Amino acid sequence: MDRTLKFNIFRYNPVAQGSAPRMETFVLPEIPSMTLFIALNQIREEQDPSLQFDFCCRAGICGACGMLINGRPGLACKTKTRDLPDEITLLPLPVFKLVGDLSVDTGSWFREMYARVGSWIHSDKEFDPQAEEERMDNALANEIYELERCVECGCCVAGCGTARMRRDFLGAVALNRIARFALDPRDQRTDRDYFEIIGDDNGIFGCMGLLGCEDVCPKELPLQDQLGFLRRKMGLTAIRRFLPGAK
Amino acid sequence: MQTFVTDLLCIGAGLAGERVAIEAAGAGFDAICLSIVPARRSHSSAAQGGMQAALGNSVMGEGDSPDVHFMDTVKGSDWGCDQEVARIFCDNAPIAMRQMAHWGVPWNRVVAGKSFYYKGGERFEKYEKPEKEGLITARAFGGTAKWRTCYTSDGTGHTVLYTMDNRAAQLGVAVHDKTEMVSLIHDGGRCMGAVARCLKTGELRVYLAKATVIAAGGFGRVYRESTNAVICDGGAHAAVLDTGVVPLGNMEAVQFHPTGIVPTYILVTEGCRGDGGTLLDVNQERFMHIYEPDKAELASRDVVSRWMMHHIRQGKGVQSPYGQHLWLDIRHLGEEHIRVKLREVDEICQNFLGVDPVHSLIPVKPVQHYSMGGVRTDKDGAAYGLAGLFSAGEAACWDMHGFNRLGGNSLAETVVAGGVIGSKIVEYLKGASAQYSTAVVADRVARDQERIRRLTAGADGDEDVYKVRAAMQDALQDGVHIFRNQGGLERAVATLQEVHARARRIGLKSDGVGANPELALALKLPGQVRLALCVAYGALMRTESRGSHAREDFPERNDRDWLTRTLATWKNPGDDLPTLDYEPATRTFEIPPGERGYGGGKIIPMDGAAQPGKEN
Repeated sequence: MDRTLKFNIFRYNPVAQGSAPRMETFVLPEIPSMTLFIALNQIREEQDPSLQFDFCCRAGICGACGMLINGRPGLACKTKTRDLPDEITLLPLPVFKLVGDLSVDTGSWFREMYARVGSWIHSDKEFDPQAEEERMDNALANEIYELERCVECGCCVAGCGTARMRRDFLGAVALNRIARFALDPRDQRTDRDYFEIIGDDNGIFGCMGLLGCEDVCPKELPLQDQLGFLRRKMGLTAIRRFLPGAK
Repeated sequence: MQTFVTDLLCIGAGLAGERVAIEAAGAGFDAICLSIVPARRSHSSAAQGGMQAALGNSVMGEGDSPDVHFMDTVKGSDWGCDQEVARIFCDNAPIAMRQMAHWGVPWNRVVAGKSFYYKGGERFEKYEKPEKEGLITARAFGGTAKWRTCYTSDGTGHTVLYTMDNRAAQLGVAVHDKTEMVSLIHDGGRCMGAVARCLKTGELRVYLAKATVIAAGGFGRVYRESTNAVICDGGAHAAVLDTGVVPLGNMEAVQFHPTGIVPTYILVTEGCRGDGGTLLDVNQERFMHIYEPDKAELASRDVVSRWMMHHIRQGKGVQSPYGQHLWLDIRHLGEEHIRVKLREVDEICQNFLGVDPVHSLIPVKPVQHYSMGGVRTDKDGAAYGLAGLFSAGEAACWDMHGFNRLGGNSLAETVVAGGVIGSKIVEYLKGASAQYSTAVVADRVARDQERIRRLTAGADGDEDVYKVRAAMQDALQDGVHIFRNQGGLERAVATLQEVHARARRIGLKSDGVGANPELALALKLPGQVRLALCVAYGALMRTESRGSHAREDFPERNDRDWLTRTLATWKNPGDDLPTLDYEPATRTFEIPPGERGYGGGKIIPMDGAAQPGKEN
């Protein structure tokens, strides 16, 4: 303790005339249990009230505060300064459109993703308010929940080599979403349907296997397993298309 | 200026707002949700424990029914709720859970056979029936006669919100995120939509709508210590209050949750205690069973929070640099249970406290958590005072929670009320025609632009927005907390009146250009202080104790004089206190006022003798 922390923070307000991208330095004394949530708010309240960044739940649950922390994508709210060196460099997440300073527009990116992958249960069954719910094995419910824990923070996309090179690459978050629905018996889509969505270089076959996504996922989702599982499943689906009898 | 015209405008894209929008979109109407954050970051996502609905699938919920749920809810509210609304809620909750299952929520399910559970630190056995295998199961929560809380691990709000937003995307509900309402457009009789500020560019926009719904969640951030997300700051409530004609109901009814972690005040779910966790004092001894022999740790939240503060006052608190706290102990639940069923709790303890709850105690204390009060509506969700304005979810005072809501009832309320009120709004939209006055719109926009100009220019003064906010938060924290009394409340009101005057003199330190965060706060802070005054003044005038509102100088629940709901209206912009009116808490009684069975409070009955010189 008793450290003085030096924050190098990316600054740029695209709306302000004459604003140019640059780094600015702020200095703060470290306090016990300090997180980047505490530090950034202190900088805004005491040093520069125009500093833009995003926090919401500040409890690692909502995914609002993804940023590059000393070069690595992560959630700022749950990053403790005691785990960082004296000098801390903060940059906005790449790939997503910059709003200003450390704030990016993840909302537009994700809503486009929902449309591309059809991020909902595809079913022709009508809901019957009088009927008992369809049964589900609890172990399966837990498996779905495991993949549903994604908070859409964007860290996996920011940490993905392919996404950095290829604008339309779906990224681990979207592929994981497909894996979640493929697991769910309520969704009537078949492997062929999923192949239409992710069976190309912008989908599962674009993944180079660098697995930055798994390394940086703040919720520690099993992305490596899911990507491997989907690649095998989609590879088999591709082969079956050429077999006799295939449509 | 960009102008959007729609049938339905939702302020908020959390569970309640999206559920309403889905109902409208399903009926063929256009719906736009405005949200400060992307929809899935809404604070609904942080709800951990679950949703109460009397499905009765678990063996521990056998014999449950909407009637039993209703009884628990009315008792929990300390008879402050509207019983007609509580009935609508309890009857519809099971259907809503099944509908969410149909849309994709991975509810935890009944596993047949023998399993163990904990209560009061002791282990018990239960046998789930084979014929119930695979149906939606439930866990125990405070203040309930049965295990009734449906859940997905301890990420219930998250999974339900993800499912809801999936459904919204499927139906083409538009979500304009990073957009914040600044004011409501109205002519004193009809609401026509809202002026909002884009938090990407800073530009103002106009939204014109036949129906506008306030579903912006709670306002916990007017307190210094709150479990709420930073967006739950009451900005939307402030805009409603500033209409001068729409009242806010029961603003003094503020819930303090027993288990906020110390420091940071992040919530750990009531599910910890529901699953058998215990509260310990400085000697690492249980104490809740001394005060509440029957319910112990699982009495309602207001009661547990009060006993915790009482126990600390008895000298049994644990000293820390952040003040005194108590311990939550879930170690005996075992590693598998904690890592699987209390996974978010596990992560929060590890990430924010550096504590492993499998081996260590969790430091907790009661922290502001929920707003029972809000935009007063009728049972159809229509706000008092303005046609075309509705409200649902925590933002509303619908009012099924009265003076204390039960754990698991608010998350369930979002989807139940969203569905019920959504269908009423569809009826309204079918009969409504667009009626907009360009003069009213232009006037509203001009006034908001003028406010921005004055703030940016420092035309009214140079008060620092962050210092004024801190003064407001401190006043509520110190004067309007769990235990309240006349002296403390009078001081809080007087302090807040000074803070209100300062809030009118705020001037920006920065240039206010673009999505400037200082301007965003400066625009809503005076309104937030007015909300805080509604809380403090309502609490000062309510001379009884009911649910979460505990007056040390008036310890009895006074059904003779105070079986009422407070309605706070800000009549004139120049006022520095709200105007308070009162209405009966409920117009129908299925259950007449009686004992809750926990809490041990004294009651002045409805037909009790009048106090000399006292009238209400």
